[in-house]
Amino acid sequence: MLIDYLLSVVTFTPLLGAAVILFVRGDEAVVARNARAVALFVSTAVFLLSLVLWFNFDKSSADFQFMERSAWIPSLGLTYSLGVDGISVLFVLLATFLTPICILSSFGAVEKRVKEYMIAFLVLETMMIGMFAALDIVLFYIFFEAVLIPMFLIIGVWGGTRRVYAAFKMFLYTFAGSVLMLLAILAMIFDAGTTEIPNLLTHAFGGDMQFWLWLAFFASFAVKLPMWPVHTWLPDAHVEAPTAGSVILAGVLLKMGAYGFLRFSVPMLPEATSYFTPLVFALSVVAIVYASLVALVQDDMKKLIAYSSVAHMGYVSIGIFTLTQQGIEGAIYQMLAHGIISGALFLCVGVVYDRMHTREMSRYGGVADRMPHYAFAFMVFMMASVGLPGTAGFVGEFLVLVGVFQVNTIVALLAASAMVLGAAYMLWLYRKVIFSALSSTEVKKLDDLSWREKVIFAPLLLLTIWMGVYPVSFLSFMSPSVEKLIANYHTALAKSLIVPIFAQLLGQ
Amino acid sequence: MNFAELSVAVPEIFLACSAMFLLILGAYRSGKTTGLVSGLSIVALGGVSLLVLFDVAPSGRGFGGLFIVDGFSTFLKLIILIAAAVGLVMTTRFIRREGMDRFEIPILMLLATLGMMIMVSANDLMTLYIGLELQSLALYVIAAVRRETLKSTEAGLKYFLLGALSSGLLLYGSSLVYGFSGATDFDAIASMVSGEEKLAPGLVLGLVFVIAAVSFKISAVPFHMWTPDVYEGAPTPITAFFASAPKVAAMGLLVRVLVEPFGGVVDQWQQIIVFVSIASMALGALGAMMQKNIKRMMAYSSIGHVGYLLVGVSAGSVAGVEAVVVYLTIYIFMNMGVFSCILSMRQQGEMLDSIHDLKGLSKTNPAMALAFVLFMFSMAGVPPLAGFFGKFMVFAAAIDAGLYGLAVIGVLTSVIAAFYYLRLIKIMYFDDPVAAMDKNGGEIRTVILVSSLFVVFYALFATPLVNGASQVAAALFVAG
Repeated sequence: MLIDYLLSVVTFTPLLGAAVILFVRGDEAVVARNARAVALFVSTAVFLLSLVLWFNFDKSSADFQFMERSAWIPSLGLTYSLGVDGISVLFVLLATFLTPICILSSFGAVEKRVKEYMIAFLVLETMMIGMFAALDIVLFYIFFEAVLIPMFLIIGVWGGTRRVYAAFKMFLYTFAGSVLMLLAILAMIFDAGTTEIPNLLTHAFGGDMQFWLWLAFFASFAVKLPMWPVHTWLPDAHVEAPTAGSVILAGVLLKMGAYGFLRFSVPMLPEATSYFTPLVFALSVVAIVYASLVALVQDDMKKLIAYSSVAHMGYVSIGIFTLTQQGIEGAIYQMLAHGIISGALFLCVGVVYDRMHTREMSRYGGVADRMPHYAFAFMVFMMASVGLPGTAGFVGEFLVLVGVFQVNTIVALLAASAMVLGAAYMLWLYRKVIFSALSSTEVKKLDDLSWREKVIFAPLLLLTIWMGVYPVSFLSFMSPSVEKLIANYHTALAKSLIVPIFAQLLGQ
Repeated sequence: MNFAELSVAVPEIFLACSAMFLLILGAYRSGKTTGLVSGLSIVALGGVSLLVLFDVAPSGRGFGGLFIVDGFSTFLKLIILIAAAVGLVMTTRFIRREGMDRFEIPILMLLATLGMMIMVSANDLMTLYIGLELQSLALYVIAAVRRETLKSTEAGLKYFLLGALSSGLLLYGSSLVYGFSGATDFDAIASMVSGEEKLAPGLVLGLVFVIAAVSFKISAVPFHMWTPDVYEGAPTPITAFFASAPKVAAMGLLVRVLVEPFGGVVDQWQQIIVFVSIASMALGALGAMMQKNIKRMMAYSSIGHVGYLLVGVSAGSVAGVEAVVVYLTIYIFMNMGVFSCILSMRQQGEMLDSIHDLKGLSKTNPAMALAFVLFMFSMAGVPPLAGFFGKFMVFAAAIDAGLYGLAVIGVLTSVIAAFYYLRLIKIMYFDDPVAAMDKNGGEIRTVILVSSLFVVFYALFATPLVNGASQVAAALFVAG
């Protein structure tokens, strides 16, 4: 019984928890304690529930599973339909996995307005899961946009000194992109006469229309991914957001853009995708190289990791648009790995930030002497971010490079060059913070990881190694869906006459 | 003329009689009568709602085709009555507290409501004018009701002068339409213009004048200039009333005029509406950004919302009218909520209206701040709140009608508009508090609660409203 409605339960349980917290009364300390407890309990329960998805997912099938469908607003043709395939199921799990970690990590860090904070996080979790599970395009849009409300508040209320600027920038950038997508969605609905994603996937959109639809979707997803040159909101948002906000932002929200490419742009608009692939490659290569170079000169730890995120997401967009099995699987893998690793890196920054209230690398140095356990955890995540074999980061980057090498060697060359830069800035960060001479008196007073912090890092460490050593347990989920995606893409392209016409029109 | 024809207008007749009766009651009863009159006015509005709802009047035409009752008018009348009743509820305590205890205020609001009901039921240019004037004259007086303050007097006078101008435009336009079509009756005009390749220039000119006059009433750009001043000058609950019920009536009127007599020649008026719509959306968004007074800000916000409503109108289709009806309903609820919040902005008995007085509201009054934030996000059109669904439907209608440019400009202005809604949220949530607000009356809290529940749970229970709206819209097109 439960399994029929599993996705709904997983999606809306956090919201229920938020409602419970809303009615917690009493004096401030009691409210804070109860809110924390409820939030942790609910998000852990949701994670355990979502494990049922992991165990009951049929890995041999490329179809949507755990489907639910009922009418929602029939006169507008909207349905409430949920379902996951091999691409989205892992993102649902990523979201349910990271949320309890985020909540646990803010136990010490967030002291003011704890109740509202926990509500915001639980609402955010519902929106994230719903977005990956939605099979109705309007429902998807609603979740996609609704994420902005809690995120805006999280950055704005609990953020750093320039939080207002960062929150506004994040909201307005993303909003501007997505309203254009809304129009594209409306146009698609009228053309196809359905709002359900499985039906839209089988509908062939006219060539000229695809061109515009693709651009409108691109406006939204490129901001969300983020792609150069619309990435500038990300470093600001990351720097100002509280630690847990950064973790969720890097871990899950950045994946929404790439997920959009995989779910909408590529399968629904194949001709336009093929036409615009060079554009995506170009922007992604610029993002990778440029963001890596910018990361090299940062003194703010969070900013450095934020720019490294831009670079890593560049690999993702390249991987998706190679339209090869390795490329796309690598992109998805890279997203999952990046979700874990960059989330963990932000947590690492958070650990020392909570103690010293600064993120400037120059204020640290010699942390390894005082915090050996911390130094170890940080090292693993740093190496994973660089892409060391045996860690999660390696598999995704390697697969993407294998994929892109089959398609375009120059892009592959440039993308691979950035791996060197990646190693440079991450090692630089590690050296400045963890090693070098222990001179600062503040650093001398640091304590090593607390019990709570170890609990936070343990699952992340485990997963980083697991994903690096035995990727099959994750790749096996996505392979059939990715195969189907690529097969459909090539069938659609073979039938099409549009691409040469575009080429003629634009004088190639 | 017989009684069967009179029965179409039973709710209006009842309301008129109630207003007269209350006027006599107020004038002859000694002592404080305002509370009594207000209470009875609300009861009267409730009675009228029941009459409208339970269809005492057979739907159809009355008074020789001057007056029409159909699904469209019934639906809008109900919204108007709800908005008016809430307006009265908000006014009652306020006028007592602020020492403007005059029993004429509720009665004038009743008369304005009567005018609005006639407007949405008008099936003839003459009925239209009578309804519009009855509404406007009552509103001019209410706007200036605080005659001892400069701002209120200025608001009333400005509203009156510009309103008189627009009435003149309307009459001039009507006479042109009559002159070139030979009829004032909507049905007759419709049969006259339908199938015409090109309208007579005089008829187009007349239509433009009529649209201009109605644009004034809905405060669409370029006839919006009075709005910020009147919103700022009028007492807050009166502003709330101004921003809700009359907008519904005038918008209903505009839809009826464009769809019924001129529904066959959409391409003749579409570009005017598209222009007015774009101008309203853009000016509403840009104008609101600089405002420090929250009532002025809401004035620009309402100009913007009228722009979105006009996106639906300009589609000229069933889907467009459906979207307008749904959007109006949602807008009324959001508006009542926001103005109730504004009405709660009081410190030591002093009314406040600067947005900076809201600083840190989330700490001093978390419940109200939460509701306020929900209204703001809803007005900005962020899903899953109600406001999104209104925008969704108007843009869907525009895309369906092939108005892509309008839709793109519309969504981009909504991004600009999001900025000032976010600014309010920022002030309430990100800034540190200055001083706590006074405690609210129970009725205000109820209005805030109901509106915020509507805004949040709309997504779950939208079906009846959307179904109702689609029937209403379809009915309008069958009739026309």
